[in-house]
Amino acid sequence: MRWRMGTAMLSLAGLFVSAYLYLYKAGYIGALACGTGGCETVQLSAQSSFLGLDVALIGVAGYSALLAVSLAGLQPRFADARWPAVVLALLSGGAVAFTLYLKYLELFVIHAICRWCVVSAVLIAVIFVLSVLELRRVRQAE
Amino acid sequence: MAKAPKSLNRFYLLLGLGAGLGVVALAYLVLRPKAISIPANVTVLAGDTTGFRGYVLGSDSAPVEITEYADFECPACAEFALVQWPSIRDRLIETGQLRWRYRDWPIDELHSNARIAAHAAACANDQGKYWEMHDALFGGQAGWTRKRTAASIIRGYARSLALNLEEYDACMQSAMYAGRIQASHDEGSKLGVGSTPTFLIDGRLYPGVLPSDSVRKLVDRLTAAATTPPK
Repeated sequence: MRWRMGTAMLSLAGLFVSAYLYLYKAGYIGALACGTGGCETVQLSAQSSFLGLDVALIGVAGYSALLAVSLAGLQPRFADARWPAVVLALLSGGAVAFTLYLKYLELFVIHAICRWCVVSAVLIAVIFVLSVLELRRVRQAE
Repeated sequence: MAKAPKSLNRFYLLLGLGAGLGVVALAYLVLRPKAISIPANVTVLAGDTTGFRGYVLGSDSAPVEITEYADFECPACAEFALVQWPSIRDRLIETGQLRWRYRDWPIDELHSNARIAAHAAACANDQGKYWEMHDALFGGQAGWTRKRTAASIIRGYARSLALNLEEYDACMQSAMYAGRIQASHDEGSKLGVGSTPTFLIDGRLYPGVLPSDSVRKLVDRLTAAATTPPK
């Protein structure tokens, strides 16, 4: 259960980071607390959209899904169910791959680093590790 | 129904606290006032307009002068700036036939960022890049209009134009040209300007986007009138 609690907590944190970046992009927040200015460069770049969708909004949707699955998996009736662990691992695995692609864009295309995106990258990487640990636990319990 | 274990209750409490804190933080960020604000309807002091009567492009000896009253956030002004202005600048201003004077006439009721943009242009003028900022603001208008992030997007233009950002930021934070913008607006209103863009040519106001061909014809007519000796 503790791995699912961990993924839920970290997903909530990621949800707020993504929401913060999305609210900035949508024009609701005056300036990003970033320091170097790289956040603005990244958020206002052409690469801040993916298939017509704002990357930050994709983050909001992804972290919401991870949080929802984590909370569902914490319900006593699903405590040892395999599906929440599988869904968490698949979702976070996909998110890690997408994050690697975004990091590539930051480093080699935009040439700027957004600190909040780095925070999100660390969060999703840890969520993925916890999801794998949870998957292993469920398998062992079976 | 099975009772949730104590650790789970503690977890829900922590999660709820985190969610509450996050929502409060985001609400604060959304609702707090914008960092940069250029006030409207300020009292115009003599120092605001001393030696300043608009941003001028063109030769002092040009026979014709046109004053444009415009708002950087107005779509029609952007259309004029992007479609007609380049031809007017290249064919009439740079050839010495016309002198252009740009005056701010921000429409606060419709354009919440108009004064921020006008002030950014004034700050760019301090570093000798008024017209470059003018072009950047109109060219990128769709990207900053109506956005709370306008000041930061426009700051990006200042960076692209290689302005000294420390000086630019200090200029924007101080709102030192708020009085100048207001004076320009007041002057336009006194003349009868009621919309943007409006052009003042030979004492007459021309509201709306003027095609470059019409401007050229007007300039030709006024130049001919100025050079023809009275009978």
